[in-house]
Amino acid sequence: MSRSAPSDIHLQIMWNRLVSVVEEQAVSLVRTAFSTSVREAGDLSAGVFDREGRMIAQAVTGTPGHVNAMAASVGHFIRAIGFDAMVEGDVYLTNDPWLGTGHLHDFTVVTPSFRGGRAIGFFAATAHVVDVGGRGFGPDATQVYEEGVCVPIMRLRAAGRANEVLIEILRANVREPDQVIGDLHSLAACNETGHRRLMDMMDEFEIADLDRLAAFVFDRSLAATLERIRALPRGSWSNRMRVDGYDAPVDLVVRIDVEEDRVVADFAGTSGPSRFGINVPLVYTAAYAGYGLKCALAPDVPNNAASLAPFVTLAPPDSILNAQRPAPVAVRHVLGHFVPDVVLGALHAMLPGRIPAEGAGALWNIHVSARPAPGGPALGEGGRRAEVLMFNSGGSGARPHLDGLSATAFPSGVHTMSIEATEQVGPIVVWRKELREGSGGDGRQRGGLGQIMEIGPAEGHEFSFNAMFDRVDQPARGRDGGGDGAPGAIRLDDGTVLRAKGRQFVPEGRRLILELPGGGGWGDPAERAAEDRARDRRLGYVADRS
Amino acid sequence: MTIDGRAVRVGVDIGGTFTDVALEAGDRSWSVKVLTDHGAPERAIVEGVRAVVVESGIAAGAIDQIIHGTTLATNALIERRGARTALITTRGFRDVVEMRTENRFELYDLDIVLPTPLVERDARFVVDERLDAAGRVLKPLDPADVATVVDRVIAGGFESVAIGLIHAHVDGRHERMVRDALKAKAPDLPVSISSEVAPEMREFQRFNTVCANAYVQPLIASYLDRLVGALAAEGVTGRVYMIHSGGGLITVESAAAFPVRLLESGPAGGAVFAGSIARAHGLDRVLSFDMGGTTAKIALIENGRAKTAKTFEVARTYRFKKGSGMPISIPVIEMVEIGAGGGSIASIDAMRRIRVGPQSAGSEPGPASYGRGGDRPTVTDADVLLGRIEPHGFAGGRMRLDTEAAEAAILRDLGGPLGLSGAEAAFGLCEVVDENMSNAARMHVVENGREISDFTMVAFGGAGPLHAARLAEKLGIARVLIPPGAGVGSAIGFLRAPFGYESVRSAHLRLDAFDADRMNAVLDELAAEAIGFVREGVPDIEPIRELTAHMRYVGQGWEIPVRLPDRRWRPGDEVELARRFAEAYTAFFHRPIEGLAIEVVGWSLAAASPLPPVERVAPAGTERPVATDATRDLFDAREDRFVAAAVIERERLSTGDRVAGPAAIVEAETTTVVTTAFDAVRLADGCLLLVRKTAGGRP
Repeated sequence: MSRSAPSDIHLQIMWNRLVSVVEEQAVSLVRTAFSTSVREAGDLSAGVFDREGRMIAQAVTGTPGHVNAMAASVGHFIRAIGFDAMVEGDVYLTNDPWLGTGHLHDFTVVTPSFRGGRAIGFFAATAHVVDVGGRGFGPDATQVYEEGVCVPIMRLRAAGRANEVLIEILRANVREPDQVIGDLHSLAACNETGHRRLMDMMDEFEIADLDRLAAFVFDRSLAATLERIRALPRGSWSNRMRVDGYDAPVDLVVRIDVEEDRVVADFAGTSGPSRFGINVPLVYTAAYAGYGLKCALAPDVPNNAASLAPFVTLAPPDSILNAQRPAPVAVRHVLGHFVPDVVLGALHAMLPGRIPAEGAGALWNIHVSARPAPGGPALGEGGRRAEVLMFNSGGSGARPHLDGLSATAFPSGVHTMSIEATEQVGPIVVWRKELREGSGGDGRQRGGLGQIMEIGPAEGHEFSFNAMFDRVDQPARGRDGGGDGAPGAIRLDDGTVLRAKGRQFVPEGRRLILELPGGGGWGDPAERAAEDRARDRRLGYVADRS
Repeated sequence: MTIDGRAVRVGVDIGGTFTDVALEAGDRSWSVKVLTDHGAPERAIVEGVRAVVVESGIAAGAIDQIIHGTTLATNALIERRGARTALITTRGFRDVVEMRTENRFELYDLDIVLPTPLVERDARFVVDERLDAAGRVLKPLDPADVATVVDRVIAGGFESVAIGLIHAHVDGRHERMVRDALKAKAPDLPVSISSEVAPEMREFQRFNTVCANAYVQPLIASYLDRLVGALAAEGVTGRVYMIHSGGGLITVESAAAFPVRLLESGPAGGAVFAGSIARAHGLDRVLSFDMGGTTAKIALIENGRAKTAKTFEVARTYRFKKGSGMPISIPVIEMVEIGAGGGSIASIDAMRRIRVGPQSAGSEPGPASYGRGGDRPTVTDADVLLGRIEPHGFAGGRMRLDTEAAEAAILRDLGGPLGLSGAEAAFGLCEVVDENMSNAARMHVVENGREISDFTMVAFGGAGPLHAARLAEKLGIARVLIPPGAGVGSAIGFLRAPFGYESVRSAHLRLDAFDADRMNAVLDELAAEAIGFVREGVPDIEPIRELTAHMRYVGQGWEIPVRLPDRRWRPGDEVELARRFAEAYTAFFHRPIEGLAIEVVGWSLAAASPLPPVERVAPAGTERPVATDATRDLFDAREDRFVAAAVIERERLSTGDRVAGPAAIVEAETTTVVTTAFDAVRLADGCLLLVRKTAGGRP
């Protein structure tokens, strides 16, 4: 058979291989990372880009928040460094929330990929590091400057030589310098792994650059995305969802416009910025809005510059979803995690019968700082100090034909940690972690159940924790007649009610009780099948009133 | 009894369709295939044993050992045919097995369904008790509370009980107390406790493992009982041993107590088979590639032994997707399984790309070319169009494949929509499936910190020899071995398995607080357990022991296995542990990290009888080029065109014969495709060695 090389088939195979290359890049990062959220939650991103900084392929990892956040960042690097100033052996980095992925804890590392002395593309990787100094990971700062050290786009390595000045400054500004620097090296190393595999692939397929392949990927992805968009009814659909915020409720408002060749999510009308670190840079809003739209409209199209381009996110600059420097943004994930439910709610009017009810949304992450209590054992003599991070999920919303998922994250893809492993890390005891009965919204389909946790300091210890919880005042709403999920609650076992956001204290002998919110129900509860109700009672998913 | 001074041994592998029985006496062997009896699997075994006894002329009473692998336990989990099981767990943790890891295994599908736990919520009971992470009692067990729970469990009429308490892997005393209380009231009720079944940290994995053990236990125990009885009735007086997930042998008694260790025993046999080939050819690093009708399985064999992992996942419910099944924490031959087999179905996705699998046409209705009603294009159909499978010679000539039906299916589903000819689309289909397999293999090797071009491939299974050479081209592998008799690989593999058991334990040890006594104590426990299992099979041998520490830098979440000498450890030895860790870490990740504390999180100690001796295969010596008159058009993917390939019957090759690629070496069950880049040499043991021409890799 005769055809002009490389053929359609060869380009398909190369695309396939490119995905394998970035998966390998991501795996290498997960295995060497020190950050709990990288390895347990897949809070990382890895991808390959063309010479103009357009993402060609991205590893599928645990956090939609990186879907196109990192995708946009490589362009910033090209502009800041200058394409012609880049040389082989260079590695660049930043953790600027507005140039990277939305908060200082995420470092993005970009490595130009050279072949035959010429830059043919880039590898980029992002990971959430253990610490960036400042107040530590929590919402209490009122300016980004308090949230830690900010590294503008610069060289981590220049022509193969490490930037020792930067490393020394970072070491002096973070709490776990070895782990943080270790993670930066891991990021650079995973890009290197990607680069090596790419070179093998280019040797095997005998190609000199990525231009033809990138064009193929972009053409096919754009065409597939546009096909889906053109099948939608034209028009505008809106939704408004209220969540707790830090000290005042926040309204998240969106209008979805379906146009000829794009879908625009405009967040005009959303509340203004908060004084505290729950603000969201636009890049992160766009990531979750794009995720919500893709789940409903084009779940099978891989993420790349072309498949993401038709999904446009707008938010006015005075909005909490388009935070401006120097707003604090450390826990931007809390509101970010609600963005898909806001978007999906608007799509419900357009696509009835396909969209789930609202769910718990934001993860109930808890960061615990444990230490010996006054009069407790000294450090090293039974006394321990430790930072413990846990991810916990409430219930997800009921689906049109299925109950919601209990204690399962949406939209995040985070894993919870083993309690046995957590108790190895620090002097705390988790006394309870189980489903919260009756917390799923009633409906033809029931919302997913939340969960209840009880956490106490180990004997002789006490702890502080950073609360970053939501849906305590504003429960997940049911859809099409379905009931609301139960709201969350935070208290001590002596009845003291605690705040849902900010740093608080648990003394020795007390337990912190967290009741995580349930998901909303779907459809009229009167239509719930009798056998489903009987099963709910038998398994204790609802309170047995018989 | 022995023949020529060697034991008479029978290997039995129960597969989904066939039960394979292989008998070996001295250097002679016989094998038969009978249809699997799903209702009473032991009946097919008896039938197979009868047949092989007749064929070999060796009396049933002369059989010394029957070695058996079965998918019965796996199928019971997949099909949920196990016992009505209760779980007793720590108060506050009733829902661990239902809450799983709290994540979705597929991020973009809004309608996923999580697997139902083996033990539903109303069969999960709690007792008031608590240990801390060091095994100290925070809340003692209350006998009155235990008695109440025991009564409720007994009143519930459960057939089997699992006990899983928090931190029981550190100290199982509370679990044992609950078990004793149960046994006192219900002596015949089977009880499994997590501190014995899987003493590993991480409650979800351990609880799920103990539930799975309890769930399949009555079924497996009764099956093994019937099997031993039926064989005895046939006059077989030899003992029956089971192949376990780690590729070693255990007694039927151990298997009945820990049936969860029988999961994956069939595929493990395939890897043991590849291991025996590796040893016979003196190969240190082997990639085992087993491609059948539905899936391809890839495993690494180093120094003749398959690499093991500490956990795996069974019963995946969503397109083989990681996280959609249930985790089992037992030592298992580490295998990557992907939905790529001869029956895998091809389609076109939204990006107009060819996708292959994981759906499979199986053998019914089968590929379009089978003419049994299947009309979706499959890998086999593409192999037919590309000249890799001779339509008239399939399955030893018993079946004639319909080339036109294959082409029609491929044109309709792929070629037409993409504007490609039948051959072009078939090439695309094969390239995609070969690429999927090579990506999985490359990733697996990289995850183990190895370089894939150092490996020799051993390829078997019905579709393995068809795809092995192309896979090797993609992976940069220079040598591929195609063993004879690959059709009953697992049953033969069982006969090569040592008596072996791997004991594992999570036990935390920081090197900056090194405690040699504690380390020795843990290792003694592990050794006693592992050697105990081995000695049940072979009482008077000194097992070979292998010690592995699972280590990491403090703060990391991923441990790497570090092989250690099996000896007494003394204060100061942390320096050696640190050095060995740094070496292993460098092999994985290119360089160690300075200045960070190091910790051991778990230990594993494998004890095994010495591997049965293998006769080293002599190099082929003088090679003779084989000429042939017959040729057929064979598509060569690397050349990107059809080439005229020599066609040779495998059984006509003798030792030293060298066939230059392109060639098709045909046999009853499969065809070995020798691409243009390779030559094939027939070795003394009947293996075909494919050698890349440019590499000059001689055996």
